Amino acid sequence: MKKPELLVTPKSIPHIEELIKAGADAFVIGEQQFGLRLAGEFTVSQVEEATKLIHEAGKKVYVAVNALFHNDRLQALDEYLKEMQRIGVDALIFGDPAVVVSVRELGITIPLHWNPETIATNWFQANYWGERGAKRAVLARELSLDEVLEIKEHAKPEIEVQVHGMTCMFQSKRSLLGNYFLYRGEVMEIENRKENKNMFLHDKERKNKYPIYEDLNGTHIFSPNDMCLIDELTELFEAGIDSLKFDGVLQTEEYIVTVTNCYRQAIDAYFDQGEDAYDDLKNELLEQIEKIQPKLRPLDTGFIFKETVY
Amino acid sequence: MALLQLIENEKIRETVNGKRVITKKPELLAPAGSLEKLKVAVHYGADAVFIGGQEFGLRSNANNFTIEEMREGVEFAKKYGAVVYVTTNIFAHNENMVGLEEYLQDIEDAGVRGIIVADPLIIETCRRVAPKLEIHLSTQQSLSNWKAVKYWKQEGLHRVVLAREVGAEEMRKMKEEVDIEIEAFVHGAMCIAYSGRCVLSNHMTARDSNRGGCCQSCRWDYDLYEAVDGEEKALFNEGDAPFAMSPKDLKLIESIPHMIELGIDSLKVEGRMKSIHYIATVISVYRKVIDAYCADPENFKIKKEWLEELDRCANRATASSFFEGEPSFEQQMFGTHATKLKWDFAGLVLDYNQETQIVTLQQRNYFKQGDTVEFFGPDIESFKMEVGQIWDEKDNEIEVANHPLQIVKFKVDRPLFQYNMMRKENK
Repeated sequence: MKKPELLVTPKSIPHIEELIKAGADAFVIGEQQFGLRLAGEFTVSQVEEATKLIHEAGKKVYVAVNALFHNDRLQALDEYLKEMQRIGVDALIFGDPAVVVSVRELGITIPLHWNPETIATNWFQANYWGERGAKRAVLARELSLDEVLEIKEHAKPEIEVQVHGMTCMFQSKRSLLGNYFLYRGEVMEIENRKENKNMFLHDKERKNKYPIYEDLNGTHIFSPNDMCLIDELTELFEAGIDSLKFDGVLQTEEYIVTVTNCYRQAIDAYFDQGEDAYDDLKNELLEQIEKIQPKLRPLDTGFIFKETVY
Repeated sequence: MALLQLIENEKIRETVNGKRVITKKPELLAPAGSLEKLKVAVHYGADAVFIGGQEFGLRSNANNFTIEEMREGVEFAKKYGAVVYVTTNIFAHNENMVGLEEYLQDIEDAGVRGIIVADPLIIETCRRVAPKLEIHLSTQQSLSNWKAVKYWKQEGLHRVVLAREVGAEEMRKMKEEVDIEIEAFVHGAMCIAYSGRCVLSNHMTARDSNRGGCCQSCRWDYDLYEAVDGEEKALFNEGDAPFAMSPKDLKLIESIPHMIELGIDSLKVEGRMKSIHYIATVISVYRKVIDAYCADPENFKIKKEWLEELDRCANRATASSFFEGEPSFEQQMFGTHATKLKWDFAGLVLDYNQETQIVTLQQRNYFKQGDTVEFFGPDIESFKMEVGQIWDEKDNEIEVANHPLQIVKFKVDRPLFQYNMMRKENK
């Protein structure tokens, strides 16, 4: 059996070095002009520097170009794709079919990872995008374990599944925080809070807290809990899921390093020593994560064991 | 907001009887949540309607069509030269693949013109098993740029429905770059998120928004806080309106000339859950605007009475969001939500006897002798009158018509036609 890749989201170049030591196999980087909800911002020259560093360590680097593009960013997108080709990153993560068209027209040879987030819900779509150049499909986080396993069984491209971190549940093009302050006549608040990522919406009825922030791509709202599958990985291991992602958006560098190392230990225990070793270790790993878990972010298992109706 | 510059489009014009008129009229596309709504939409001037079937569509609460009803709807529409599209715009999970092929074949067999679809699973299956159906890309794919439009053109789609976030100049560029039919929303409620990219409902109520379970959590109120050193700090004071992300409803009635000049192929009114009164009112007004502009673009002016007519069925504030630019807080609703309708739908005309001048009406809302009512319809000029004596089905005189769907009769001295509607001012 092949070990799944452990994919993480660094916040800076020094952070990448720490995460390599912590056991990460692959990295998602990029900038908000082209990528959505990234843990850190990396300019083109930083992507180049990061790629050297990551490749020297024998690891992989994927660049996010998964924004929903409007006409005004298409030209910059083409320039960016050419830069990525020159740098030689290992994959481009896309959601908008415009990227497929540009990649074809420009003769870009970097493999594509299809990641439209919420709408990647069945194996047919994974294969459809596979036929159009996607080497990997990143599954929606709103799927149950059974659905994930069935997709893996039928999908030709590699399958990536998020196992840890918060998930985006809403993206609006509108400036919803800005509009709220404008409505209240508090223009200064907008200036003051433009870069802040510490705000949340309180849903009194459900006692939930949803992180919210704005950037170039609009307003983003996140899940009330951080998903954590550190002690529920057996079936994903057995199914041969190709990549396990820990999305560290809105987390600290220290937190991302510790959690990455916990997943490294879990994967190594299972594949180097067997299922029993993983079973012996998993509760201890969960406790380690619980210990550093931010007070406002309860852990749960996302939709893996939750049924949705319609 | 200042109106954007309207550029006359020579490609859509011809000289007829020495006059420059617009010969490429966009399709007026209406929602229809039931067979009755379909008939009303077509009768009031829709060129096409979109309906939901019993599977694979969003709006799982709508009174969706059986295949037999689709067939009847298609036949009815055909008499008016109108066509029917079926929404099959869920993002399927593995379990939803069952029965898809038969379903698409049944739709094709019922004479439906096309399907509105988001999931490539349904696109590819349709192409394979029901090739006569046109395939229209749903707004659930949040199509926002011309290169993505080009992608779907290369995939052989007939039409794309744009994201609600696309503005007028972006539409112009799409039309210039790609030769494909473009459908855009002109009226109705909107998602405030990019469609398809919102799962608030999944998290808050375990209902899958992308399979028709959306519970509209975006329209609830929330409190805004910030976290400082792990502690919560309120970002509102007592008396402040709560954080809200409820958009005003879309209304582009005054931008219709602009959309026609852009060459938009289909103008879409949203609202499969809306009443026949709403559909009749909205569709008849858009019909008038499209026809008036195309007949004489030089001298066209929006009439005040058209705008007033539209207001009669509006229970939320409206805005031109995105078509004319990025919406600000003024295009959202804070503190208040729905407002009361100015007029209530009171009755549907079933028959009119020219000799006796007696109308037979199906009651849709309480009314009584002495009430002032208004009749409207595509074949009459709207008029107001006071209700005199009312009789029930057995010719017994009654003071009030207070039973839902009750058949009543009274005298109206101007001719009426089937499907004309009666409304009553809400005081």
